[in-house]
Amino acid sequence: MLSNPRVRAGALTLPLIAFLGVTFIAPLGAMLWRSVHEPLVADALPQTLALLEAWDGLAAPPEALYRTAAGEFQQLQASRALGGVATRVNRVQGGSRSIIMRTARELRGTAPASWREAMIAAHPAWGEAAIWGAIRRAGERYTIRHYLNALDLKQDIQGRIVAQPQEQRIYLKLLGNTLAASAAITLICLALGYPLAYLIANAKPPWPNLLLLAVLLPFWSSLLVRSMSWIVMLQKEGVVNDLLVALGLVAEDGRLIMVYNMIGTMVTMTQLLLPFLILPLCAVMHGIPPLHLRAAASLGANPRQAFLHVYWPQTLPGVAAGSLLVFILAIGYYIAPALVGGRTGQFISNLIAYHMQYSLNWGLAAALNFVLLVCVLVILVAYNRLVGIERLRFD
Amino acid sequence: MRDKPPATFGDRLGRVCLVAFCAAVVVFLILPMLVLVPLSFNAAPHFTFTEGMLRLDPDAYSLRWYRTVLEDDSWLRAVRNSLIIGLAATTIATVLGTLAALGLASPHMPGRGVVTSLLISPLITPIIISAAGMAFFFGDIGLAQTHAGLIFGHAALCTPFVIITVTATLSNYNLNLNRAAASLGAHPVTTFLHVQLPLIAPGVISGALFAFVISLDEVIVVTFVGSLDQRTIPRRMWSGVQEHLNPEILAVATLLTLFAALVLITVQWLRRRGVH
Repeated sequence: MLSNPRVRAGALTLPLIAFLGVTFIAPLGAMLWRSVHEPLVADALPQTLALLEAWDGLAAPPEALYRTAAGEFQQLQASRALGGVATRVNRVQGGSRSIIMRTARELRGTAPASWREAMIAAHPAWGEAAIWGAIRRAGERYTIRHYLNALDLKQDIQGRIVAQPQEQRIYLKLLGNTLAASAAITLICLALGYPLAYLIANAKPPWPNLLLLAVLLPFWSSLLVRSMSWIVMLQKEGVVNDLLVALGLVAEDGRLIMVYNMIGTMVTMTQLLLPFLILPLCAVMHGIPPLHLRAAASLGANPRQAFLHVYWPQTLPGVAAGSLLVFILAIGYYIAPALVGGRTGQFISNLIAYHMQYSLNWGLAAALNFVLLVCVLVILVAYNRLVGIERLRFD
Repeated sequence: MRDKPPATFGDRLGRVCLVAFCAAVVVFLILPMLVLVPLSFNAAPHFTFTEGMLRLDPDAYSLRWYRTVLEDDSWLRAVRNSLIIGLAATTIATVLGTLAALGLASPHMPGRGVVTSLLISPLITPIIISAAGMAFFFGDIGLAQTHAGLIFGHAALCTPFVIITVTATLSNYNLNLNRAAASLGAHPVTTFLHVQLPLIAPGVISGALFAFVISLDEVIVVTFVGSLDQRTIPRRMWSGVQEHLNPEILAVATLLTLFAALVLITVQWLRRRGVH
């Protein structure tokens, strides 16, 4: 069978496909699963949720619901599992955690005649529909609420999809900021990289090799180290400010704030990503014969016309390859914004990391990841159309 | 030999502007890396230039931060972890990536576009997504907080770089050499080991170096999947930077940059020896 060249070629790729299946594709699958599957509340409050299912959300909740919920809260409290449940309800509706914890504390060891009155006495919120709706929503074993949340939407008590209140709409705005900053970084890289790539492709030896080294040294160096070095460069007592003060351009007490904000993120990321633009551009420019410009000149074109009508169109494949690569890499950046971005220079990745590490809202982190992944895939399709993913190379 | 028309004043001015602009871009690319070097020899516990340093006073410079790093157990452990994880991940990525690149380079490869996209996808996927997925899945299958988990995770992230580098080398390889070997009765494996591999070796080694450099710089998978026992050099730096940026970290950064320069020189040397 291996004598068939198609089978042989395919077989060579199989080990890696299998390896990535386990180490890369399966993790993506696990994440997709995590973004829609949240069994914790459903498993913890089965009877309460069954009664909530039967309740229409409009009439006053029946006494049986109060009794069942109070019973399950007390059980969970005894097994120290109530905190996790309350946290998840809280993610559907802020404030729920303290309501549930306080009620469970006050009801401990009591056996009132009316659970309804006892719970409302513990916290008046139990007389209203909102908290019950939140518990029902949090109890969905399979849920789209993380995706709604990631898109600044939520379901109201009747299950309609509505926008989050203004002050809680953060994710789409951050995603928009990330895309806008990435686009700006791509354009700055193009403006800085195009002339340098031109010089590398057209200068007389030994300049091309020396200039190429200046591009390749950062390319091979640690992203973490380079991000860090921009703190040293841009901070208040940093090299750039020192230089500006020494030159008298800036007063000693008027040192510029250039780091721990969006400026810091943009400057740093431009330097980190510039080689990814210059290298593919150089490869394309190397293939353009200098004869073309001279032919244009001999036909009477001035340098500007020759550039615009003869040179620039031929470099477009390199411009597309480099820009799209920079843009794709930029929107997923994490390290640089985390180090030099401060509060205002964060990207969507940083918020995802926050939910992974600190708020521990993994369902939301997973849903945000998929929103980001969709953005990347859209650009990747454009890249594949315009450039072809097989042509990706770094030399 | 070019017979150019005499350059006008405007041409020359344009040329000077171009060169000046490019010089500024080169400074922008290189200066931040060079700035760290003198600061790592700072005698004072700051990461700004002291007056003594600017006067080039020898007393303002010292090796104390390098000594601190070499005497610090946490740094030595980090070096050990980085080497274990980096070398193992590089080995896996290089073997699997080279095999896959050979398959992709074959003119008979079925579904090349789809397979290439799949195999390159770890490079394009934002690292936060890969790392979060690995944290979930490796946790489910018991690989979280193990060296094996980090080795597999890094190997997955590194393979695209091996594939890209080896594919570029293979595009310059003359397949007639394989046919010649086959016509002389060589088994395909013999042909690969004795004819093709020696010729594409520079590309394979470049790919391996690429993979190692990627692993050596990776922070997020280590943070999400690893524990304190798997702290690598960049992870150790990362927590250092967030607590307090001191010249100790700059000393490590300088060593890493030196390492990058050595890798760059090696790769350039390999390129010259590669098939063209």
